[in-house]
Amino acid sequence: MAPLDTGIGAAVRRREDARFLTGRGTYTDDINRPGQAHAYILRSPHAHATIKKVDIKKAKSSPGVIAVYTGEDFKPINGVPCGWLVTGKNNKPMIEPKHPIIAEGKARHVGDPVAVVIAETKAEARDAAEKIDIDYGALPAVVDMKAALKGGGKSVHDAAPDNLCFDWELGDKAATDAAFAKAAHVTTLDLVNNRLVPNALEPRAAIGDYDKATGEHTLYTTSQNPHVIRLLMGAFVLGIPEHKLRVVSPDVGGGFGSKIYHYAEEALVTWAAKQLGRPVKWTADRSESFMSDAHGRDHVSHVELALDKDNKFLGFRFETLANMGAYLSTFAPCIPTYLHGTLLAGNYSTPAIHTNVKAVFTNTVPVDAYRGAGRPEATFMIERVIDKAARELKTDPAELRRKNYIKPEQFPYQTPVALMYDIGNYGATLDQVLKLSDPGGYAQRKAASKAKGKLRGRGIASYIEACGIAPSNVVGSLGARAGLYEAATVRVNPTGSVVVFTGSHSHGQGHETTFAQVVSSMLGIPMESIEISHGDTNRVPFGMGTYGSRSIAVGGTAIHNAVNKIIAKGKKIAAHMLEAAEADIEFKNGKFTVAGTDRSKAFGEIALAAYVPHKYPLETVEPGLDETAFYDPKNFTFPAGSYVCEVEVDPDTGVVEIQSFAAADDFGRIINPMIVEGQVHGGLAQGIGQALTEACVYDKNGQLQTGSFMDYCMPRAQDVPNFKVAHSVTACTHNPLGVKGCGEAGAIGAPPTVINAIVDALQEYGVEHIDMPATPHRVWKAIQDAKARKR
Amino acid sequence: MPTVKMTVNGKAVSAEVEARTLLVNLLREKLGLTGTHVGCDTSQCGACVVHIDGKSVKSCTTLALQAEGTKVTTIEGLANGEKLHPMQEAFRDNHGLQCGFCTPGMVMSAICLVKETPNPTEKQVRDGLEGNICRCTGYHNIVQAVLAGAKAMRG
Amino acid sequence: MHNFEYHRAGSLADAASALKKAGEDGKLMAGGQTLIPTLKLRLAQPSAVIDLSGIKELASIKAGAGEVTIGAGATHAAVAASKDVQGKIKALADLAAHIGDRQVRHRGTIGGSLANNDPAADYPAAVLALGATIVTNQRKIAADEFFKGLFETALKPGEIITAVSFPAPEKAAYMKFANPASRFALVGVFVAKTKGGVRVAVTGAGESGVFRSAALEKALSGNFSAKAIEGVAMPAKGLNSDIHASAEYRAHLIGVMAKRAVAAAG
Repeated sequence: MAPLDTGIGAAVRRREDARFLTGRGTYTDDINRPGQAHAYILRSPHAHATIKKVDIKKAKSSPGVIAVYTGEDFKPINGVPCGWLVTGKNNKPMIEPKHPIIAEGKARHVGDPVAVVIAETKAEARDAAEKIDIDYGALPAVVDMKAALKGGGKSVHDAAPDNLCFDWELGDKAATDAAFAKAAHVTTLDLVNNRLVPNALEPRAAIGDYDKATGEHTLYTTSQNPHVIRLLMGAFVLGIPEHKLRVVSPDVGGGFGSKIYHYAEEALVTWAAKQLGRPVKWTADRSESFMSDAHGRDHVSHVELALDKDNKFLGFRFETLANMGAYLSTFAPCIPTYLHGTLLAGNYSTPAIHTNVKAVFTNTVPVDAYRGAGRPEATFMIERVIDKAARELKTDPAELRRKNYIKPEQFPYQTPVALMYDIGNYGATLDQVLKLSDPGGYAQRKAASKAKGKLRGRGIASYIEACGIAPSNVVGSLGARAGLYEAATVRVNPTGSVVVFTGSHSHGQGHETTFAQVVSSMLGIPMESIEISHGDTNRVPFGMGTYGSRSIAVGGTAIHNAVNKIIAKGKKIAAHMLEAAEADIEFKNGKFTVAGTDRSKAFGEIALAAYVPHKYPLETVEPGLDETAFYDPKNFTFPAGSYVCEVEVDPDTGVVEIQSFAAADDFGRIINPMIVEGQVHGGLAQGIGQALTEACVYDKNGQLQTGSFMDYCMPRAQDVPNFKVAHSVTACTHNPLGVKGCGEAGAIGAPPTVINAIVDALQEYGVEHIDMPATPHRVWKAIQDAKARKR
Repeated sequence: MPTVKMTVNGKAVSAEVEARTLLVNLLREKLGLTGTHVGCDTSQCGACVVHIDGKSVKSCTTLALQAEGTKVTTIEGLANGEKLHPMQEAFRDNHGLQCGFCTPGMVMSAICLVKETPNPTEKQVRDGLEGNICRCTGYHNIVQAVLAGAKAMRG
Repeated sequence: MHNFEYHRAGSLADAASALKKAGEDGKLMAGGQTLIPTLKLRLAQPSAVIDLSGIKELASIKAGAGEVTIGAGATHAAVAASKDVQGKIKALADLAAHIGDRQVRHRGTIGGSLANNDPAADYPAAVLALGATIVTNQRKIAADEFFKGLFETALKPGEIITAVSFPAPEKAAYMKFANPASRFALVGVFVAKTKGGVRVAVTGAGESGVFRSAALEKALSGNFSAKAIEGVAMPAKGLNSDIHASAEYRAHLIGVMAKRAVAAAG
């Protein structure tokens, strides 16, 4: 496949931009159905309270009100299901309490829905909601995870008196303990992986619509995976068969994981639309998003690293408390386990690893995957403790990493925590990032910073992630309640144009461009002749959607395989038309040619013949040119890389400024470098946000202290630097495109890189660790505390 | 209900609105101009930025009635037929957008920024975009796009 | 937000009579950059909103001998761009140039900001440190008499700010340490060397809003230099403590910002 100007490897400008730049995108809230009513959800102001009485009389007679529903109305309806069953130590399954659509008898977090008003306008619905009178019995809130596990009569759910959802472990404990027993040096670290709010810029929205004549429900929703929503909501919540339920996920304004899950609001509008015989629309306000979108991260961990006298890693030991929030969100249990514990080998050939994860219920918003999902938490632990070890052992942190990397000749490499890495070259990305980040000039830059009264620090981190989620049989054995293949249909029209229907969903990733490049390369036809269709369960084949950097590796491969089926069929048709043996037909640059001759048929001629089969092998080949492939990956893919960051700390104020950031990644083969770099930039900014500015904070009563952009600090253009980005390539060995995925890398690698740089800058004070986000206040405090300790 | 009259993207419009109707609601719900987005409720994100009499404002923090008699320009009013505004072109050429949700506000802010600072430095661009939040791009390519757009607007 | 009656005032007299007619639940709106978010979050429920933005006479900026008078309706962008303000009180133009963001500055006004007296707003620090005079449709109020606590001012019912008169200082500068999320002042310090002596006003930090720092004024009176502030103890008592900054940190920042402001004032 030679790179065409629009083919694989070309930085093709995005096709989707034409509509987004002119205001012609169609996001869910842009859709209005005839006769549409509006829902406003009244949410609990209490973190934990019994709901004694709900009086809706006044609200019902408020102007414009059509209906008011409470938990009573939803009692017969199932709750929102969890998509992954984690089994803990001693084969004990996780505790899985009901997650009602509207709270039943008890509110379990600030923002838990307690009633819904449906009215002619959104303003009228909200006006009426203020007239609902609820008698709450406030209960003590469970917020801190360590305290939660003590129970003490404070339980989020009766089924989990000590608030423990599961207690899970991975790795060989005895071998790991033995490794620590013989260690020459042990480094330990306690750290927090701060709770984040994903904050895709488009707030969630959903419209339920019901056609009485056909009995068909349609749900328009801001989802990363419409088929998953159709399955979960149809089969598990509302009991609507698939053929009567269409889920449309149009243009979606960012997801980052938060739009994977099936949310109560989707079921609510779908159900209400049938009750009322009118479409019902709900759109979140941002402050509502803060208390109803699943949050991310929120781990508290203890980490230990054992090294021998030559600084080779002998063992890693981890203890983690993972916050689940008040209910189990769709994929919540697998995040701190199978997307986290399995990544704890990092890039290193450490012989013994053990981790223990306790998942804890608290009176907070549910926690689930957010860009990186478990892998940033794993990487942060590994890369911070390695950095601390390097300092304790007075060795160069880059070289300590290099010494312990899994070497290229060790692949495929079986880690002690279940995964088999197929390929990688970690030394190559390390060399590349060092070259990009000018270590030679660092002393001079540090001196220049010092002359300005600033402290300069330099941090490095490596990361690995598991993408291309995932072999269905593997995840099935680990508790997944779904398969994780992807589907694609390639439909060639009679005149040779092509529509690709993909189960992947694009909400910023540029699939309409990247996928078209793959097809264009393979079929040798121009991009303009290819349309990528996604996001509508009535159009696309059953797909699992977009998350975990899986679109190109799994969805792209499904498209690739479907195109190959088209080519194979085309060869049969061409052989007949050219009166040659099928084995002698070659397909190249859009032409079927009899090998060694100039006799050929263009792709378009074959397409036409397939639909106008006059001179056609009808005895052996069906008419039409329309093929579907389901691709189930053979393994995860393993993108990896190394990042370097330099910061300046203002010791007077604690302000941290990122001076430079260099990233070297190995994503395998790259289809569109422009789009890939954009993905890296975005991930880095989110990682920097986690490291420096973002924190979701609850007070001890479970009140959300950061409930809007006034208090939750989203990174702005001023907060991030220009990024230097480079790639090296080891092609994935088990998918035909050799691709790995790139969406989450930046968010995984950036946090430890930034924190390592800050800790480095604060060396003169002897600061060993600083928790994220390293806000000016926190950095200043760390300096003051360190000064006080020295005195 | 009060009536409000203004010019939107060069066309005279008149609509009956409740006093509490925000300019963004008028644009999106009554005029069908859904290119202007709402990303927050505390006037921080800038997805709703439009121009009133050539100046960038947050249409979620402006009553429709306050725009009486003004000239409003939205993202839909920038292109000249099929020809994109140079700032729109620059965003496309520099991959300055991903999910597209912040993009209309970002472009409208950027145009005003360049009108007020025709030859901005990278720092002026970063500082000048403080009223707009993007969650996708990490701003790198937005900044490149605004610098390129500024150059193109200078001609 | 709740609905309300809307009145677009054509003149100051019209605004005053509409306000009188609306009674206690009437609310004046200038740029609306604080009021509209407040209404959207349903934290206020006025029966009537009287829009002052159409009153042309309120938008003027005039320079006199040794002073600048800024109409209450002048936007932050207009103040920042005013050659008169830049020439007479550069610190004030700089302050205006960094309020909120570009879009807020295009609509927000000085009169609106002062009448609201948000404890984290920037203008109160300038007004207090420069010893400005607030002119209303009824009287003139000295800065030292104007700010009465959180969101409280000396304004009486029916009183409308028409202008603010700033005497030009010998030297002045404002340094803001912005709240990283909201970009309001976590701590803002305005220092001014005026004919009547050194005045230092602090915004963002105080439990009851903007205040003058006697300790800093005393230290700077003898020696208007950053060095003079070193060693001046800033008590944390009476300062705000929240998730963004403890009172101790705010106290420390007051010192740092004051030093930087003095250095910038030259």
